Amino acid sequence: MATSNLVEVQNVTFSYDQRQVLKDINLAIPKGKVVAIMGLSGCGKTTLLRLIGGALLPDQGEIRVAGEVINKLDDEGLFALRRRIGMLFQFGALFTDMSSFDNVAFQMREHTQLPEALIRDLTLMKLQAVGLRGAADLMPSELSGGMARRVALARSIALDPMLMLYDEPFTGLDPISLGVIGQLIRRLNDSLGATSIVVTHDVAEALELVDYVYYMSAGKVEFQGTPQEVRAATLSSLRQFVYGEPDGPVPFHYPAPDYRQDLLAQ
Amino acid sequence: MTQRVLELMRALGARIVNAWIWRLGFACRFLWLILRESGPSFRRFPLTIREVYFSGVLSLVIILVSGLFVGMVLGLQGYDTLARYGSSEALGVLVSLSLVRELGPVVAGLLFASRAGSAITAEIGLMKATEQLSAMEMMAVDPIARVVAPRFWGGVLSMPLLAALFSAMGVFGGYLVGVRLIGVDEGSFWSQMQAAVDFREDIVNGVIKSFVFGVAVSWIAVFEGYDAPPTAEGVSGATTRTVVTSSLAILALDFVLTALMFRGL
Repeated sequence: MATSNLVEVQNVTFSYDQRQVLKDINLAIPKGKVVAIMGLSGCGKTTLLRLIGGALLPDQGEIRVAGEVINKLDDEGLFALRRRIGMLFQFGALFTDMSSFDNVAFQMREHTQLPEALIRDLTLMKLQAVGLRGAADLMPSELSGGMARRVALARSIALDPMLMLYDEPFTGLDPISLGVIGQLIRRLNDSLGATSIVVTHDVAEALELVDYVYYMSAGKVEFQGTPQEVRAATLSSLRQFVYGEPDGPVPFHYPAPDYRQDLLAQ
Repeated sequence: MTQRVLELMRALGARIVNAWIWRLGFACRFLWLILRESGPSFRRFPLTIREVYFSGVLSLVIILVSGLFVGMVLGLQGYDTLARYGSSEALGVLVSLSLVRELGPVVAGLLFASRAGSAITAEIGLMKATEQLSAMEMMAVDPIARVVAPRFWGGVLSMPLLAALFSAMGVFGGYLVGVRLIGVDEGSFWSQMQAAVDFREDIVNGVIKSFVFGVAVSWIAVFEGYDAPPTAEGVSGATTRTVVTSSLAILALDFVLTALMFRGL
């Protein structure tokens, strides 16, 4: 079944300086699916996404995207592959010196020789898909957080990517925008025939949306399964994460010396 | 005792190597990357023209006004000194040579560093802090080719033009004060200037200076922006460093260039 996986991560280890962030990670993302990578803040999931996008190189192991080992590609190969990958950044990362329209048209202008009239039509279609054709002439500073995220989404699908990477797409959105983004992720994935990886800690939204979940903790994949399996899981740290319990295997208190002794020390 | 001294020297050396030489190496490699990725800046010239507008055209007001005032002050001070030796008709020569050889490139360079250099650093630094540069990389567009190189070349092209305008405004300011206000003979003001200013020796050397300053300021500005830590303090620190380093670089380079050009060292 190896051929039906668009992304395969094998035995990947990664450290920032001395701190080991990922420990021997293995995962596979099947073609056409929406897969969530969940976990607490700082568990290494964004790092994993950056490794898949080729922005970082693993210390050990292999990352295959569409059959190519991304950490062995040269710059040219990496850029060729990235034209087929779309990434939505946590806060959109729109180019603040361009209008929404120019943001979405950016990649078409950089990478294709299409005539401007055609680029205009394609750009308006992408904006229409996220419901913001009417905001084409607004600058990013004039958009609300949710709208900016949608324009960024339109920009990331500009070249109809085969793989979409979402870095915390739900952070800081109101409930309506959050629902809209969630729906768009699913709809765009299915209509483009793409594959999506969503890195998030928004459990409720993600479990509604995705086909499969990898749960990470402290740089390791602790659990994997369908949303139903996640909800029914007995792994205690995962239960705490899914149901948002303040105390459990992940302690409420940051490690500290004994409270009583600390107070009476002076 | 010797142990302490040795340790101190070792610490000092480590500081210099880590903080200065290390960064200088990075900056040189960065300049090489800019030059290598400069193709789009010229093939798609509107990208560079846009930056000429931001760093050149928008600096015009401060450059023109400062040039005028510097020229007027030169007129006043120069007249005062020259009149003591009874050679006040040479005022035109004094004003124009001071401007074309020294003050034009140097003061315009300092103003350019604080007006345009700081803006370039802050813009690139903030683009980095808000992940715009990472986003561009993920879209398979090299930020050095698309963002950095056009800003670098925009600055390099603007700087000689700004210095020339500064000098022209300064000469005009000297004329206003010397001829119109004080009453130096207009004919000798201009004719002596025309006779004394040599195109190759004075004007071309002044243009070379301003070009060198333009390269230095633009290089420092884009490097500091690209190298800035992606935080608020990081960007503000980088902006300050751009202005301080560029100013020092301009003054030091000016000494070196003057020594080479005008003293035949």
